[in-house]
Amino acid sequence: MSLADLLAVVIFATLNAYAVLAGADFGGGVWALLAGGPRKQRQGELIAHAIGPVWEANHVWLILAIVLLFTGFPAAFARLGIVLHIPLSLVLIGIVLRGSAFTFWRYGGDTDAEQRHWGVTFAVASLITPVLLGVTVGAIASGAVSGPRAPGPAFFTGYVAPWLTPFALSVGVFALVAFAFLAAVYLTLEAEDRELQEDFRRRALGAGVALFGAALLVLALSGVGAGAPRVRAGLIFAPWAAPLHLLAGVAAVVALAALWRRRYGAARIAAACQVSLILWGWGLSQYPYILPPDLTVAGAAAPAVTLRLVLGALALGAVVLLPSLYYLFRVFKSRTPVAPPTMPPARPR
Amino acid sequence: MSDLLAARSQMGVSLAFHIIFAVAGIAMPVMMVVAEHRWQVTGHAIYLDLAKRWSKGTAILFAVGAVSGTVLSFELGLLWPEFMRFAGPIIGMPFSLEGFAFFTEAIFLGIYLYGWDRIPPRAHLAAGGIVALSGAASGVFVVIANAWMNAPTGFELVQGQAVNVDPLAAMANPAALPQALHMTLAAYAATGFAVAGIHALLLLKDPANAFHRRALAVALIVGAPAAVLQPISGDLSARHLARHQPVKLAAAEALFQTQAGAPLTLGGWPDVDRRETRFAIDIPAGLSLLAFHDPGAVVKGLDAAPRDEWPNVPAVHLAFQLMVALGSYLALIALWAGWRAWRGADLAHDRWLLRAIVLAAPMGFIAVEAGWMVTELGRQPWVIYGVLKTADSVTPMPGLIVPFLTFTLLYCFLGAIVVWLLYRQILRSPEIPEWRGFYMPGGGSRERGDAA
Repeated sequence: MSLADLLAVVIFATLNAYAVLAGADFGGGVWALLAGGPRKQRQGELIAHAIGPVWEANHVWLILAIVLLFTGFPAAFARLGIVLHIPLSLVLIGIVLRGSAFTFWRYGGDTDAEQRHWGVTFAVASLITPVLLGVTVGAIASGAVSGPRAPGPAFFTGYVAPWLTPFALSVGVFALVAFAFLAAVYLTLEAEDRELQEDFRRRALGAGVALFGAALLVLALSGVGAGAPRVRAGLIFAPWAAPLHLLAGVAAVVALAALWRRRYGAARIAAACQVSLILWGWGLSQYPYILPPDLTVAGAAAPAVTLRLVLGALALGAVVLLPSLYYLFRVFKSRTPVAPPTMPPARPR
Repeated sequence: MSDLLAARSQMGVSLAFHIIFAVAGIAMPVMMVVAEHRWQVTGHAIYLDLAKRWSKGTAILFAVGAVSGTVLSFELGLLWPEFMRFAGPIIGMPFSLEGFAFFTEAIFLGIYLYGWDRIPPRAHLAAGGIVALSGAASGVFVVIANAWMNAPTGFELVQGQAVNVDPLAAMANPAALPQALHMTLAAYAATGFAVAGIHALLLLKDPANAFHRRALAVALIVGAPAAVLQPISGDLSARHLARHQPVKLAAAEALFQTQAGAPLTLGGWPDVDRRETRFAIDIPAGLSLLAFHDPGAVVKGLDAAPRDEWPNVPAVHLAFQLMVALGSYLALIALWAGWRAWRGADLAHDRWLLRAIVLAAPMGFIAVEAGWMVTELGRQPWVIYGVLKTADSVTPMPGLIVPFLTFTLLYCFLGAIVVWLLYRQILRSPEIPEWRGFYMPGGGSRERGDAA
């Protein structure tokens, strides 16, 4: 494995962490939007309580992926910035609104009306951002992020057509459903009481089934029109395809079975594995291309000295980062009895 | 509006917005940790309330800073893809390190904000300390990357391509130390005086309020030393500019002709067409003295560069004058407050000093924005000084005025809300009766010590 391949794997692992951690934070926003029934208020509080301490740390996985991408694969970063300018800008607006609205929701608002206003902004931004993230992934997978563009004419073909395709949109829907599924599964573990747990168990089961539907839609659209021939071929014919599908399928079935039998700890692991395996399936299917159809991992890579230094910094950084992350999640996500949730925090008056 | 101007404007708005939150995110955690430490030592509940209020302020500012920083990291590629294609391998390193520092900051801020009842007090204080340290570190790393754009090193240029790339040499560029020092001190001075100014205003109305007295003291402890040190760091920056970025210094000082014994130009309006600065006060040999510590030294003027490689001279000159004036004011007020405290005076009852501190509240942040304009506008038309022009690095994407206006509106909206929230969350006086009038004029020595 070359240095460039190794860094590509690390970046992909970073994106994987972003998907299963920050993805669930977005999914939490979706469930806040869909909160309903007799426990509507408590659902919202549970979601805010679950996301609060971790969403910023989870969000940094994306920043890390971006800086590693522009350091290690500057040609790919430059091309993404040009061709996917519009969806990436929209992702940014979603990220800005989601993060600030969540904070304002927690720390703002003396009145219920204000609180609701920020809660809704947070939830809507949480709904739109995953779709747009999925669309950018779909555009990359379909091989539309290609070649240098002539300046000037052909705005639509140059800057809109690459991502406004049925396939890319279907990946957007898939990302949304996957994040919602993850969030619902995690929330069954966060819930302190049985009723809330049942609420999110039902939602997780529903989202899990919907995820199969969304996957079938992506697969079907990958063959329609321009589609995503390379990913499609990879996912069906590559030698690693069958075992990977098998594993992802097993993870999916285990997740649903565990939810059904109320084994929430097992469901969490299985759901995270399922989403991760799907992501790696995408990554493997387009290897050796970082941006199909023409830009390879090796072709986009920075000079070896940069790759070596960045990988060294990553190793050093991991020594600081991993124990810190472990501590964060141990403090807030372990199932030890805790002080009663403080949502919203008490304000001195 | 051309696409290039729109892209530059969007980047400028994004930076001007983000820098406020970045600066506050570096200094607020220090204040919150100092307050919490005072609480753990003295056991006085006022300090706990201060620490909690400042941590809420930090939470709001950090969240907006984190998302606006994300926008910037993407905008490097969305607006300047050719710059990143060239510079990514050379200066990606400090950005990657910043990623880790920022990650650490986010993790421990989560622990700090939500961990009051979950971890032991010492661990909680330590978490706050890590937030403060990693916040400063991420600021330093980002500034190092920017410094490289001003003084690019660590590569060789062969037919427009960078070869023999050395990322460590790029990080060790000559602008890195002066810029990182200047920016870090600016963060503490600006934030410290902004907070001090707010509490000084409230003390003018209610001098006996023990809460604001302590808040003022902690804010000055963070802000005043940095404000006093800042002119020294500014001198380091000016001497760096004279050697490595003479055109920027010439624009900042409105020096059109290269000359020995160059005067220091105060104020005035640079007339670029006539190549002279009108309505200015000249201090003979002042610039030579400042730039080289030698009154006879030759200082390069704008005439050392071709006319099409000049930055916007009036803008850079005015921004520079503004920064120096405001920074000098902060340094003087810091000295005044320090002298009064050293003499054992009670700052909360020194109404002229309080008024001067109120006036200083916005000045640090205005100086930060002005200084950033000097650095960025003063480098134009280059994005990498002497290597790559800004115009050659912009994206070919048309219609850039649309994202520019969108992000500008978004940031105006967010800025207004943050101001409103901060006003409501941390600035209102606590309405705890026993804290009002806790202080008796001429009271115990502990009170006096606290005000230092």
